[in-house]
Amino acid sequence: MKLQTVLELPECKVLVKGNPDREISKVFCCDLLSIAMGKAPADSVWVTVMGNKNTLAVATLADVACIVLAEGISLDDGTLAKAEEEGVCILATELPVFDIALVIYEASGA
Amino acid sequence: MEDQLIFTYIIDGDDFTRAGEASSSVKNKLKMLGVSSEAIRKTAIAMYEGEINMVIHANGGTITVTISDTDITMVLADQGPGIPDIDKAMQEGFSTAREEVRSLGFGAGMGLPNMKRFTDEMEIDTVVGQGTTITMKVNL
Repeated sequence: MKLQTVLELPECKVLVKGNPDREISKVFCCDLLSIAMGKAPADSVWVTVMGNKNTLAVATLADVACIVLAEGISLDDGTLAKAEEEGVCILATELPVFDIALVIYEASGA
Repeated sequence: MEDQLIFTYIIDGDDFTRAGEASSSVKNKLKMLGVSSEAIRKTAIAMYEGEINMVIHANGGTITVTISDTDITMVLADQGPGIPDIDKAMQEGFSTAREEVRSLGFGAGMGLPNMKRFTDEMEIDTVVGQGTTITMKVNL
């Protein structure tokens, strides 16, 4: 599945587009950055409610393709601008973590 | 003699939100040098964990990264409180981080274990009350 498929989901609002052609490896859910740092797979879509500058730093360093902020969580403009620079896609949704992860998983046709 | 590239970073101990900038810079440099993405990921994760630790526990410090033909070596030196019990600190889940740090999603006691997991060699040299120097190596 390419990132484009996730970008097109009606459940998500696109905050930063990233690279739509990027191939996605997995959907990963975790709110503890300490754990996400070591466990988030490269090129994954990472669903979390932890929305701060460090979330982006972890995503960038662990090669995550896309952060999905669940439960209506958002990021400040400075962090979004940084995400744009780093080429990390940021999406936001009102759905809970499990629900949106399932939507993305089903869209992947896995 | 083989070619080496050396980069030094001063880590600011006050600003938790800026932690990760040195690791990002190294990541970008390694990308430009054409290092494999797996080695870059390992280096970036291990160094970021170290950087976070220096900010949380040691009021900052310095990181020196040496890139040779065969490996990437990171030396993280601080003048913090030192680690009284390394075995305990190496256990997943053991943490002495402040509540404020935990509320940001860190301090789960994964830092040192992650650093070990993502590097090929790691050595901790610590003196309580004087500081800690951690040397990590990622083979190329």
